[in-house]
Amino acid sequence: MTGLLSSVRMRWLAAIIVVANGAFPALWIVLTSFKSEAELTQKPITYWPQNATLANYIAAFRDQPLPVYLLNSAVIATISTIVSLFVSALAAYALARLRMKYRDFILTGIIAVSMFPLVTLMVPLFEIMRGLNLLNSYWALVLPYTVLNLPICTLMLVSFFQDIPRDIENAAMLDGCTRLGSLWRMVVPLAAPGVFTAGIIAFVNAWDEFLLSMSLNAATQYRTLPVGIQMYQGEWAFPWHIISAALVIAMVPIIIVVLLFQDRVVSGITSGGLKG
Amino acid sequence: MAEVALRSVTKRYGAVEVIHGIDLDIRHGEFAVFVGPSGCGKSTLLRMIAGLEEITAGEIRIDGRIVNHLPPRDREIAMVFQDYALYPHKSVFDNLAFSLKLRKLPKEDIEERVRAAAGILKIEHLLDRKPRALSGGQRQRVAMGRAIVRQPKLFLFDEPLSNLDALLRSEMRAEIKKLHQRIGKTTIYVTHDQVEAMTLAERIVVLSGGNIMQVGTPDDIYNRPASKFVAGFTGSPPMNFLPARIAASPVALEILLGDGSARLAASLARAGAYAVFANRNVEFGIRPEDLAMRRVGANDVSLPAQVVVVEPLGAETLATLQCGAGEMICRLPPNEAPAAGENISIWVNMDKFHLFDSASGSVLRAN
Repeated sequence: MTGLLSSVRMRWLAAIIVVANGAFPALWIVLTSFKSEAELTQKPITYWPQNATLANYIAAFRDQPLPVYLLNSAVIATISTIVSLFVSALAAYALARLRMKYRDFILTGIIAVSMFPLVTLMVPLFEIMRGLNLLNSYWALVLPYTVLNLPICTLMLVSFFQDIPRDIENAAMLDGCTRLGSLWRMVVPLAAPGVFTAGIIAFVNAWDEFLLSMSLNAATQYRTLPVGIQMYQGEWAFPWHIISAALVIAMVPIIIVVLLFQDRVVSGITSGGLKG
Repeated sequence: MAEVALRSVTKRYGAVEVIHGIDLDIRHGEFAVFVGPSGCGKSTLLRMIAGLEEITAGEIRIDGRIVNHLPPRDREIAMVFQDYALYPHKSVFDNLAFSLKLRKLPKEDIEERVRAAAGILKIEHLLDRKPRALSGGQRQRVAMGRAIVRQPKLFLFDEPLSNLDALLRSEMRAEIKKLHQRIGKTTIYVTHDQVEAMTLAERIVVLSGGNIMQVGTPDDIYNRPASKFVAGFTGSPPMNFLPARIAASPVALEILLGDGSARLAASLARAGAYAVFANRNVEFGIRPEDLAMRRVGANDVSLPAQVVVVEPLGAETLATLQCGAGEMICRLPPNEAPAAGENISIWVNMDKFHLFDSASGSVLRAN
């Protein structure tokens, strides 16, 4: 019985804590987005909206150019994710497959670079973008987001690529593929769980980023969602209910991306190609 | 069909040389088997022919053309891998059709070739399945089908049966042999299993430590081994070896086994031939089937021995014997099998023994 408690029940408990920790704030924001300002400030507090309203959503679109922010975030996150995946797939393939003299050193370097606090990069990045005349443009964020996502994507893909048997690539090369051809036709599809997971992480990182976005793209037409949402806040007012509605709108694309690709993020696709 | 020529082919990984300047010719349409223990370099050699490993020095020619720097896809070869290496995300049809699609063949041709290959290998009913839905034997057939559809000049097999159970292995062995007889393409087959090598090969290449130990027909390798290594590697159970000394006497040649307490008189025909090796320390080699419980030939010589273990196999019985110079295994008809612990006289066919130099292991050739 003690064993049962320590295994099954404890695992359930741990799972509930983890899910609640992640889901509760999001759920609270969703509930808040349907409450009126009056309900939000009344005491005792209400958990479920008493008079659910969509007025906050209408206000969110009325008070700020939310579609522009959405579009900017979508364009920047999508491009930086695709470029990150492309470049990191090449890097990961080299690290996973080629006989490289300083492989471990390079991997350590990648981990070390990924640990740099973002704030230390802000001034140099600002100067570079100003020098390149890229401030207030998509490139101002696409370039740094791509680079910042490379370490995590590369590290994830290295471990997935290493698990793919070399003979599958060899067979593809004998069948007529070049080495790069076998990477795109065999390794990447077989590492789909890793590729999609890395892609989702890269996309969410870019979608959520605030500091660089605020510094490099201050102009309204290039503002991304995290910065745009902050604009709802006035000098004397903090409209929680409208901000919550805007946050829910910001969450929707992420939820769609995760739902679309969750089937692909299932490992085990390689089973059957080899013995066993 | 293709002819393969290796000239001084060498492979080094850093400072470690694993293939030491191999010279070998494989003829048009030949079924050659590379055999040897793990780590002997047989798979490395095959992969160098395939272009999956670069060669450090030397030259590989396929049909007279040097292919040292030619990528695998341009060598017109097909390979069946030990782990099958099927594409897990593609159906059996797409696995077979992949190389043809890359070559941009018309759809109808692809369909025709895939169906033909599937027909030969009896996998037509599996074409829509993914590899994970296949058994080991079916996967092996698909891997072979993938090689066949390409209609290559040269087939390479890298231990293709080692993951199958014994029954399936013998079935697939026969299939591969039939396939070669039907297609007639030059085939190089790598295995560590000497039974596979003996049954499949037209010529066997025995490798050890990155060197070729012997090249010959299965009959050559089994009956005329060039060294103690080759003799010990072929046959199941393998050849028996006993330390011995060749003693010359005025009338004949005697082989003194072990400490000299056991003496075997060489047959007259061979006595003269081996006389030149008199007084040398040698390894006396005799195959299990050349030992018998009763005298069979005129030149058989008996040896006292004690039966240690008896292993009945149905069609035959293996008996491990302790004679003065060491242990020997003999293969006997089941009805002649002695009992464990019994003291017997074992008859040695002195027309069939082999002598190897104690130091080098090379065979002492009778002149």
